[in-house]
Amino acid sequence: MASVGKIARRTFLIGAAAVAGGVAVGYWYVSRPYANPLEGELAEGEATFNPYVKIAPDNTITVIAPRAEMGQGIATALAALVAEELDVPLDMVKVEHGPASFAYYNAALLEEGGPFPFYDRSLMAETVRGALGGVSKVLGFQGTGGSSSIRDGFDKMRQAGAAARHVLVEAAARKLGVAVSELSTADGAIEHKASGRSVTYGQVASAAAAIDPPATVRLKDKADWKLLGKAQPRVDMLAKVTGAPIFGIDVILPEMLFGTVKMSPRFWAKPAKADLSKAEKMPGVVKIVPLETTYGHGFGIIAENTWAAFQAAEAIEVEWDAAEYPADGAAISRVLADALASGEGSALRHDGDIDTAFADAPRERLVEAAYEVPYLAHACMEPMNATAQFKDGVLEIWSPNQMPTMTRYLCSEAVGIERDKVDVHTTHLGGGFGRRGEMDFSVYAALLAKEAGGRPVKVTWTREEDIRHDTYRPAAAGRFQARLGDDGLPEALDIHIASPSVIGSTLRRMFPSISPLGPDRTITDGSHNQPYAIPNYRVTGIAADVGIPVGFWRSVGNSYNGFFHECFMDEIATAGRTDPVELRRKLMAGWPAAVKVVDRVAAMAKWGEPLPSGRARGFAFTLSFGGWVAEIVQVADTPYGLRIEKVWIAADVGIALDPGIIEAQLVSGAVFGLSAAMGQEITIADGMVEQSNFHDFDAMRISQCPAFEVAILENAERMGGVGEIGTPPAAPALANAVFALTGKRIRTLPLSKEVAFA
Amino acid sequence: MRLIVDGKSIEFEADPEMPLLWALRDLAGKTGPKFGCGIAACGACTVHIGGEAVRSCTLPVGQVEGEVTTIEGLAAGGKLHPVQQAWLDEQVAQCGYCQAGQIMSAAALLEANPDPTDQDIDEAMNGNLCRCGTYPRIRAAIKKAAALKTAGI
Ligand code: FES
Ligand code: FES
Repeated sequence: MASVGKIARRTFLIGAAAVAGGVAVGYWYVSRPYANPLEGELAEGEATFNPYVKIAPDNTITVIAPRAEMGQGIATALAALVAEELDVPLDMVKVEHGPASFAYYNAALLEEGGPFPFYDRSLMAETVRGALGGVSKVLGFQGTGGSSSIRDGFDKMRQAGAAARHVLVEAAARKLGVAVSELSTADGAIEHKASGRSVTYGQVASAAAAIDPPATVRLKDKADWKLLGKAQPRVDMLAKVTGAPIFGIDVILPEMLFGTVKMSPRFWAKPAKADLSKAEKMPGVVKIVPLETTYGHGFGIIAENTWAAFQAAEAIEVEWDAAEYPADGAAISRVLADALASGEGSALRHDGDIDTAFADAPRERLVEAAYEVPYLAHACMEPMNATAQFKDGVLEIWSPNQMPTMTRYLCSEAVGIERDKVDVHTTHLGGGFGRRGEMDFSVYAALLAKEAGGRPVKVTWTREEDIRHDTYRPAAAGRFQARLGDDGLPEALDIHIASPSVIGSTLRRMFPSISPLGPDRTITDGSHNQPYAIPNYRVTGIAADVGIPVGFWRSVGNSYNGFFHECFMDEIATAGRTDPVELRRKLMAGWPAAVKVVDRVAAMAKWGEPLPSGRARGFAFTLSFGGWVAEIVQVADTPYGLRIEKVWIAADVGIALDPGIIEAQLVSGAVFGLSAAMGQEITIADGMVEQSNFHDFDAMRISQCPAFEVAILENAERMGGVGEIGTPPAAPALANAVFALTGKRIRTLPLSKEVAFA
Repeated sequence: MRLIVDGKSIEFEADPEMPLLWALRDLAGKTGPKFGCGIAACGACTVHIGGEAVRSCTLPVGQVEGEVTTIEGLAAGGKLHPVQQAWLDEQVAQCGYCQAGQIMSAAALLEANPDPTDQDIDEAMNGNLCRCGTYPRIRAAIKKAAALKTAGI
């Protein structure tokens, strides 16, 4: 087995990206705690206790939830962690995102960047987790992704609340001249029951902030939780039902100009010839600015309103250079096929001895299949946008983004100023799904602001620009081979997955001077780390660079590995004449959390009971981001096509902090996965994306939406994520249901190429 | 150009070809209606004109006839509209970006059909895309809103 040092030297790419970030930002103080970024921005009389809590004299309690709220309910969930220990009801706290700051680093975001499955608790796995978490801290990597926010914040945020409460009570004891032990807290006040006297938190806040926080705090026992473990009303719900201006696209500033971009439809291609004259003369147009960035080349348009900017963008006449990458679907498939045939790659799982296991396998015991999936766009409901103002050497940017500290860094580089001259305001996000971890929309706004004479510019992309300039979920191909034993169970499973490297592509955009090293574990994430006991089990990932920008799309590698792996498990079940649920029970017997979600979902759906004719079900299980999820999809044959009637989900996330939010996320994740599986694909012709808007890149509509039944379990030892885990099992459960209904084993997505959906 | 928006008369200068959505958002400062597609394919920009649900992204502002109501003007007299109240009770919104449009479509549906069936709901709401997949809670909230409305709450 490799030593920790060796694993560190193998530089798993996510680590490489992080280290690259560190070199670039030049920050390397391992042990020094970060300064509290709230110190500099307190209102008159306001006191702060740590980076997460501010209290004003009028008892306004502000909690900083420094993760992007993109619908996953993180503002509510993080605030509840603080409120629980601070002993205040959730509706008493004001929740803010807070500034971009290294203090808000996300350790859990990188923790799982090593080669270990989530259930591996060995010393080495834990050591690497600690080391990668440390990298995140050192870099001050403030990011929202990888379903990591709660895992990162669970202790940190509760400790912040408890530490603040501790000094508040201490200050109250001094003020009232009584012992701390005689005081109790409730609803933002500290009471001395014996004398009937009480003070509010606000009344003692500044005195309390002067007291040194305790070296350690005792957190409440789970049994004493008042908020956690129960569904809370979301803190942002009222704003969202009244149309309040909370999104990036809603920013309005005095003297604001409006803009848009027209970037090369061939990635990284430059304009060969351009005629701006017609566009420049259009009414309302202020200025047209050439843009050259690591994200691509094109033009930015500054205008007096968004409509004028859109019109002018269309009027720009330009010929773009040719594509320097495989320019159509057939050429891209060939790259993937060649990669699979190359015999290269790195195996992140290799149990037993695959070569021997297949050497003498009789033909009738072999199961073989090839799978392929297309590129996908994120298609967030809110098109990409950001607003920026460059004035007196300072860049202020309002950006619906998932990576504030990286946004600050790349915008400072683009404009050519020091990082501390950039202020990032993170607004609410109208969907993120990984797309808003990119910096293009922020950088373009920053570059246009530089040309706007000190006025702010709100730069909104058209939907067409958004679909055609995404960082796509990569296309991927998989080759699967199994050898079955006498009992029908797999004795050996050999998997090869080829896909462009998400991390390699991300580095090209963010740190173009650094060349990627080491394997990208996202390529096989969802295949190399599943809780199946198969004696000979090998999973090899092959990075197949295509040159089309790819990025993090809800559940990343799990989105296609889940589809491949779980459809192939269904093929194994069919070939071995084993019931698909029974197959899982047998192969996952060593992981009780897995077996329990399988059993639960089977019981909920009454799996195995006969169905009326014209109906069938499919099953899938995935472990992603620490969430153990089993899904069953039921489809019905109707005169209008296949209809997804019902979906059952059982999920184990360890500790379920807010069951209402978790249920919503599981359904949301499944709808996202079903949308893609049913009908989405991004195709390339002449180097350009062919789709452009919701008429040709649609998602599930309400009339197609099945009924859902969800169960949340808490058997797993480690806490898992929530935001992405509903997605990976959705596509395979649907494809397996289609097989059960029609006998058609569909191994490529979207399924709509072979069957029609109602 | 003059329009009545959310009960107030507003005056602005605009190319009559400019879609109502951009006149509302950029010229009138009404950011409640959202931009999602610009081709009447997602419903994020839905407003009411004379009580009817209309996609404001494809309607030239010069052709608007009648009073415009946006999500910002839906609550009357400081009280949430029953649809908004139901949305709050059912905790519908995730990212929330589509919800202004969803709520406006649902409010128009209930105006025309106080007791919609599941199929009525599917038909009336099919033009409103939600990338977060909040549809099951939207269905529940519309039923709830219908009950609230009938009860006069
Ligand atoms: S923005 Fe009007 S329907 Fe999409
Ligand atoms: S709530 Fe996010 S798009 Fe509907």
